[in-house]
Amino acid sequence: MNWEWLPHYIPLLIHGLYLTLVLLVSSVVIGGILAVPIGLVQVTGPWYLKLPAKAFCSFIRGTPLLIQLWLIYYGIGSLFPGIPGIRTSFLWPILREGFYYAVLAFSLSFAGYEGEVMRGAFLGVPRGELEAARAIGMSPWKVLMRVWLPRAVRLVLPTLAGEIVGQLKSTPLAFTVTVMDLMGARAKISSDTYIMYEPLIFIAIIYMILTFFITRAFNYLERLVPQRR
Amino acid sequence: MFLAAAPLSELLSFGDKGYLDELMWGAFATLQISFLGYAFGCLLGLFGAIGKLSGSSFTKNILGGYTTLFRAIPELVLIMLIYYAGTNGLNQLLMSLGFEPIQINQLLAAVFVLGFVQGAYSTEVLRAAILAVPIGQVEAAKAYGMSSYQQFRRVVLPAMLPYAIPGLANLWLNITKDSALIAVIGSSELANVTRIAAGGSKLYLVFYLLAALIYLVISMVSDQFFAWLERRVRRGQPKLA
Repeated sequence: MNWEWLPHYIPLLIHGLYLTLVLLVSSVVIGGILAVPIGLVQVTGPWYLKLPAKAFCSFIRGTPLLIQLWLIYYGIGSLFPGIPGIRTSFLWPILREGFYYAVLAFSLSFAGYEGEVMRGAFLGVPRGELEAARAIGMSPWKVLMRVWLPRAVRLVLPTLAGEIVGQLKSTPLAFTVTVMDLMGARAKISSDTYIMYEPLIFIAIIYMILTFFITRAFNYLERLVPQRR
Repeated sequence: MFLAAAPLSELLSFGDKGYLDELMWGAFATLQISFLGYAFGCLLGLFGAIGKLSGSSFTKNILGGYTTLFRAIPELVLIMLIYYAGTNGLNQLLMSLGFEPIQINQLLAAVFVLGFVQGAYSTEVLRAAILAVPIGQVEAAKAYGMSSYQQFRRVVLPAMLPYAIPGLANLWLNITKDSALIAVIGSSELANVTRIAAGGSKLYLVFYLLAALIYLVISMVSDQFFAWLERRVRRGQPKLA
């Protein structure tokens, strides 16, 4: 085992950890917010919303994330240079950066998986509670915000830790589109020093520690929310 | 806008200039890797589950470490670790025994790597399914004087399948998608073939969409199959709701 490289690359690895966490948090937040309407329209929406939402979830869940990421980065990214004047516009630094494509791809992926989960959660809220809310005279929006959504979120909370750990385990794919996250930092270390295993083992341990903390945090969070069983 | 190397109709054809035959072979390789890896993973999972349920405390600790580690580390990291460590370790072993180092078959390496990752998940799925079998049924089998193999083959296995199939179906869908990760270490399965086709033709959007569509078809056909399989293993059980 050769760990001489480690002190020299600590800053790179810390930056990599930071990018991994940014990828994780931003995709979970954006994807989680998108998941609510995607789940909801599949339960109550008209067919022209229900159908695209269903198709979106099937597509996301039925294709590898790697292909989705490459489709967005190489596929959609390859269309931009054709637009005249784009290279000089303020958008170009963003459109050139693999990081933003990774955030988009991971967010859409999380939205697809969670949209399906939210669909089940919305269906799982007891009918009587919604009827009671309507009977009190709440508008549909109020029923959603005060009863349906909070109850549905409470239902998915136990599964959320697992989903977020799953999302964390997808983030290393970002290194295939030039993002210098933990996995990207590892690739750089390996190509600089020709050391293969130690950096891999090192980041594997970091991912395990992150998984441990996510699981712990959600156990704590779940105990904070009162629930009568 | 597109700087395509040839007309679309030519690129999307079989034969020398077109990439369609390559994609088809890629899809075939993906299915092959997935299927063999899945079979290997299920086998590992079966032994893992039995070991976790009835092994010595030493076996239980080892298996507990295996399932925890392999489910907490990203698949991509694991695949690279096992692939490089596995091929390197094997060659070092061969050299220390006085043999020539060998070029390890890509397909076998991919199957081994994916199967090993898959085994951790299927251990947990099968363990939970075996635990879900009512203990009275196993006791009844014992009371008849069945050997432990007979108990497993005639009672536990058929009774646990309804609980195991949904989890195993998910694992199959996961391995077909995880097999795309093998592209990172280079192989001839669908994701890597698509990358080559897209890079060669500059038609990134077309080829990645096409590959996504092929994966989607695999997923949807598998869904139908597992729905049928679940109905079949549930025959004779009371209908729920």
